[in-house]
Amino acid sequence: MEEYLLLMRLDILTKEAQPSPEQLQVYMQMYREWVSGIAAQNKFVGGKGLSTEGRVCRHNGVITDGPFAELKESLAGFIIIKATDFEDATAIAAACPILGGAANTVEVRRVIAHDTTAEEK
Amino acid sequence: MGEEGLIPHLFRTEYRKIVAVLCRYFGFAQVEAAEDIASETFLTAVQSWGIDGVPANPPAWLYSVAKNKAKNYMHRAGIFEKKVSPVIKAAWGAGVVIEEVDLSPQNIIDSQLQMIFAICHPAIAAEAQVGLALRVLCGFGIEEIADAFLTNKETINKRLYRAREKLREERISIEMPGETDLNERLGPVLTTVYLLFNEGYYSVSQNNTLRKDLCLEAMRLCTMLVENEHTNKPQVNALMALMCFHASRFDARLDANGEIVLYDEQDPTLWNMDLISKGAYFMQQAAKGGNLTKYHLEAGIAYWATQKEDTIEKWENILLFYDRLLQVEHSPIAALNRVYAQYKAQGAVDAIPQAEQLQLTGNHFYYMLLGELYSGMNLVAAEQNFRQALALAKTQAERLAIQKKIARLQKG
Repeated sequence: MEEYLLLMRLDILTKEAQPSPEQLQVYMQMYREWVSGIAAQNKFVGGKGLSTEGRVCRHNGVITDGPFAELKESLAGFIIIKATDFEDATAIAAACPILGGAANTVEVRRVIAHDTTAEEK
Repeated sequence: MGEEGLIPHLFRTEYRKIVAVLCRYFGFAQVEAAEDIASETFLTAVQSWGIDGVPANPPAWLYSVAKNKAKNYMHRAGIFEKKVSPVIKAAWGAGVVIEEVDLSPQNIIDSQLQMIFAICHPAIAAEAQVGLALRVLCGFGIEEIADAFLTNKETINKRLYRAREKLREERISIEMPGETDLNERLGPVLTTVYLLFNEGYYSVSQNNTLRKDLCLEAMRLCTMLVENEHTNKPQVNALMALMCFHASRFDARLDANGEIVLYDEQDPTLWNMDLISKGAYFMQQAAKGGNLTKYHLEAGIAYWATQKEDTIEKWENILLFYDRLLQVEHSPIAALNRVYAQYKAQGAVDAIPQAEQLQLTGNHFYYMLLGELYSGMNLVAAEQNFRQALALAKTQAERLAIQKKIARLQKG
């Protein structure tokens, strides 16, 4: 098993895309079902939701707000899962309920293991 | 509360508090920014709770996230120094250093009261006022507002947009009116609360839960006014009494299929006695002070409606209140209702000429009343009038009620 990082990005700027409280409720429930479904397969490692505001530190001590000010999408949360390979991880990511929103994305990245020899095959 | 319906519940109770408090910092011109931050807070909540589960104290969690977002917004827009500071200085006096957005219970209440006065400013059109009140003061979703007004989201969004523009143009500030303006400014506030209640009570919307929510929201806003010593005026208590009396029949006036149960056919054991006694309490409070407003008179009528027994005394009192109400503020519906009271107090022979004088030929209530008046003496005329009413009725529930009346006539 390898670890994969799933980055959930939400479109927070398009007004029409903003869900109603009832849709949010459905969305939260679907989200929890998705997460507990991963956990039930013993593939859930951990994760958190992220606040939309942030700071970006740049070269020469420059600190800016963002990066959301220029981007439509905002990193809204991440989870780390265990998966057999990229295909398995992608299949799990593709079931993420945020993908019901047109401009939302889930990015799948494999975590480079520190000691690849200890990896279970 | 379980997790079922948690988000809509929290949205209804917390969204408006966050918006009201933030507006106090940002100024009313930034109401949209305050709304965006409140909406975003819920989005963040769902994202985070979806992974971690719901925290022990969800409102506190929301406040803390909203505070950070607000701080960030003020910082980002650079408005803290330029715009926010003058607003805060004006509101709280110079020399006050704002460390953190204050979401304490007292500040939430104060902010919401100020918000009520700002939104119910005479410069904003009544229709837009009710929409804005539902959104900003009551935390209704755009879809729900559209549903209540039987229109679509786009129309409501446009209406709210225009109302917000108006707030900016008129430079309406968020503050409590002074003691001298208070009575004058309370007028439009009570009108909006009254419209909100009526929207729920008489609405053409089929969504009964939503309609009840509208009534409860109107009562909640009025309660805030009653609980504040500056706004606890007789007319506010009178409006509260009126709403309590009417709301007491909420569960009795619709049957299991959501059809209207007419007053005469209601089961009084379904009337909410708690609300009736609350209404009586507020009516007593309203009697302090010499000014008799239309809310006093309507509360008087509504009080007698809570007495099920059909006595001459009841209908003569109601007739008296209607006579005075028509003097204070004439409306066709009040005039129609007055004739009904006259019929109940003095009989159809006296009431029919009074009714026919009104000539409200575009109104189905007019024909319903005439149908009722003729029922005991001229069945042909009664049926003709009910059929006219049927043709003019606006909702399915009304049509069903009228058809029942006709069926009963035909049975004899």
